[in-house]
Amino acid sequence: MERTAIHRRVEWRTATVVERRKETDSASTLELHVAGWPGHDAGQHVDVRLTAADGYTAVRTYSIASAPDGDNLELTIELLPDGEVSPYLVESVAPGSPVDVLGPIGGWFVWHPEQTEPIQLIAGGSGIVPLMCMLRTRAQHNVTAPFHLLYSVRGPESIYYADELARLAAADFGAAITFAYTRTAPPNWPAKPQRVRAELIATAALPASQHPTAYVCGPTAFVEVVAGMLTQAGYDASRIKTERFGPTGK
Amino acid sequence: MSDRRPATPGFVGKRRSEHAALPPGQYLTTDFPVLSAGPTPPIPLDKWAFSLVTETGAAKEWSWSQFRALPSEPIVTDIHCVTRWSKLGTHWEGVSLDTLLAGVETSAGFAMAHSYAGYTTNVPLADLCGGKAWIAFRFDEKDLEPEHGGPARLLVPHLYFWKSAKWVRGLTLMGEDEPGFWEQNGYHMYGDPWKEQRYTGE
Ligand SMILES: Cc1cc2nc3c(=O)[nH]c(=O)nc-3n(C[C@H](O)[C@H](O)[C@H](O)COP(=O)(O)OP(=O)(O)OC[C@H]3O[C@@H](n4cnc5c(N)ncnc54)[C@H](O)[C@@H]3O)c2cc1C
Repeated sequence: MERTAIHRRVEWRTATVVERRKETDSASTLELHVAGWPGHDAGQHVDVRLTAADGYTAVRTYSIASAPDGDNLELTIELLPDGEVSPYLVESVAPGSPVDVLGPIGGWFVWHPEQTEPIQLIAGGSGIVPLMCMLRTRAQHNVTAPFHLLYSVRGPESIYYADELARLAAADFGAAITFAYTRTAPPNWPAKPQRVRAELIATAALPASQHPTAYVCGPTAFVEVVAGMLTQAGYDASRIKTERFGPTGK
Repeated sequence: MSDRRPATPGFVGKRRSEHAALPPGQYLTTDFPVLSAGPTPPIPLDKWAFSLVTETGAAKEWSWSQFRALPSEPIVTDIHCVTRWSKLGTHWEGVSLDTLLAGVETSAGFAMAHSYAGYTTNVPLADLCGGKAWIAFRFDEKDLEPEHGGPARLLVPHLYFWKSAKWVRGLTLMGEDEPGFWEQNGYHMYGDPWKEQRYTGE
């Protein structure tokens, strides 16, 4: 594995929620203002710390969705119905609220605009978030190297950033985007709803002969299966980067 | 930061994590999350070997059958992942590093663990000796699953779990500390969960 630079010291900063907007029925995007935000690489994450009135705190990790943009940062959070933190962030947190943010964190699951090789992105559900940051950063830097996205969702209503993804696909040197529907496909969709399978990797992912780097992100089981299929398809294991969204192993 | 940080209005929290065995900032989980930087490598047992290389280059190596012929012991321990889950009272079986290091001449202060698939992590040698670390090959009475590091992983439960290198293939002893994979990627050189040593410089 490659060596990377030792990263700068991270510190807790107080962020202010600027806006909370619905992404889907069960996910919201939070725009945060973080004074002195040092910028981030596409794929990095932050720790978010919430403090209750009596001082009790809870910390969870969230990938950064937005391309670097001064002191503003966007996160997209999926609601886990019995979760401690996500229901509050998705449904309750109000603009103006302070939350603490530590980061940016992570120097491995990142894409740099200087990379010239073709990129295969594979997302399961909220695993799209860090990959969206890569797509946005690519657009921001006018990178023309091929980007393919395979995005597995339950149904059309669970797609995050749907309009923007369509624009990113239609732009000059647009990203090629394939959706895989696991529960409900849109009308006239050529395939039955199903989980991502090796046949789909074979048709929708960049061929191994192009030596792509792959970024795979989603629930643990999804990442485990997809990374295995990519290896089977001939991808170089050292060029498959994975991020598994905890906490559950299911 | 000081303890005078502003509250996030309306956040109450579920507080299901208060437990004396939990280091600060950790919450309990009952399943076993998987976190790795890349795909799970296939490692046939007849290709598996564990090597120990000292700072002078002296090397020892065990094949799977030689390794499994070493005395092993049951381990019951709590484990703490830097992503904030902890699992209490996990059951393992492994060979103590004391057994593997017995008779090794070294004045090294540090070790780098190397894995199949290229992962590395650095640990002070003192943290691997004295009954504190094992090469574990069973979890919950079953062979260690590949996604959890099988056939064998380092187990250093008193440090954050990224130090417990999955798919371990050997240790290199070093005079000076050097950062491993996550340590080069923003994580702490030592990683004590009780001191919340998560990230570089924290
Ligand atoms: C690197 C990384 C990046 C991430 N990025 C994102 C992202 O961009 N977007 C995103 O939405 N998420 C992301 N996550 C996941 C996120 O960190 C949280 O895990 C997620 O939001 C759930 O937190 P929670 O507090 O709502 O749920 P938790 O309270 O932690 O609960 C999680 C699940 O476990 C169950 N559970 C927990 N404790 C108990 C208990 N005692 N008894 C019964 N059930 C229990 C809950 O029912 C729930 O289903 C990321 C994770 C990582 C590691």
